[in-house]
Amino acid sequence: MTPLHHYLILSALLFSIGLAGALTRRNAILVLIGIELMLNAANLNFIAFWRYGAHPEALTGVMFVIFSIGLAAAEAAVGLALIIAIYRHRKTTNVDEVNSMKG
Amino acid sequence: MSLPFAIIALLTVASAVAAMSLRNLVHCALSLVVTFAGLAALFLQLNAQFVGFAQILVYVGAVAILIVFAILLTRGAEPGPPAPVANSPWWGVLIAGAAFATMAGAVISTALTARPDSAPPAATVQQIGEKLLHEYVLPLEVIGLLLTAAMIGAVIIAMQEKSKP
Repeated sequence: MTPLHHYLILSALLFSIGLAGALTRRNAILVLIGIELMLNAANLNFIAFWRYGAHPEALTGVMFVIFSIGLAAAEAAVGLALIIAIYRHRKTTNVDEVNSMKG
Repeated sequence: MSLPFAIIALLTVASAVAAMSLRNLVHCALSLVVTFAGLAALFLQLNAQFVGFAQILVYVGAVAILIVFAILLTRGAEPGPPAPVANSPWWGVLIAGAAFATMAGAVISTALTARPDSAPPAATVQQIGEKLLHEYVLPLEVIGLLLTAAMIGAVIIAMQEKSKP
């Protein structure tokens, strides 16, 4: 059986990959993908702690992940709509070029 | 470490790295699908069946399609020869590496007392539904309201602006 440590390390690794992507990539869509990866890494932690922690019958981790998936879906929809609106306005999705409040 | 976990973890991490480092945006989106599927497999391995299938439905189904559509709609923005990576990406990688070192150090140095897994916990759909409609009914309503508001907001934001006469 896989110990809890391995899941936590894997989750930390996924979080760091998402963080690196969100910090280094300049395309707004890829920044959003990095944020999604970080959210998923957090979800993995919740499920791992639910599986190995005390009182799994309370289903707290599972509930948290279900709500977190719903939130991430809303976030992705609004974020991508914003990126499309910015692209229509400025003809770019490079976050370095979107640097003024007034178009 | 069991062999299935090692295989799934390797696949997930490799595709996550690919999703964050490839040049072609469509390749990034496809690698991201593999990452999400790997995470769903991990959820299934942890005995959380409902969450695993919700992950497949929401992420592999909906979010990936949404990202592909956004890439297609912003296609002209993709730069050709100039690299989409920042001028000095090493600072970001360094910060992420420091974050990973901190978290991994904390995890390794903590004495986690894992429950003896004689009987893995079960989360049947019936149990989840009863919890959702008794204990968590208010958060459920709030998330429904939030999804409705997000949908309307996304449509309004992405709608073509009418030029005023």
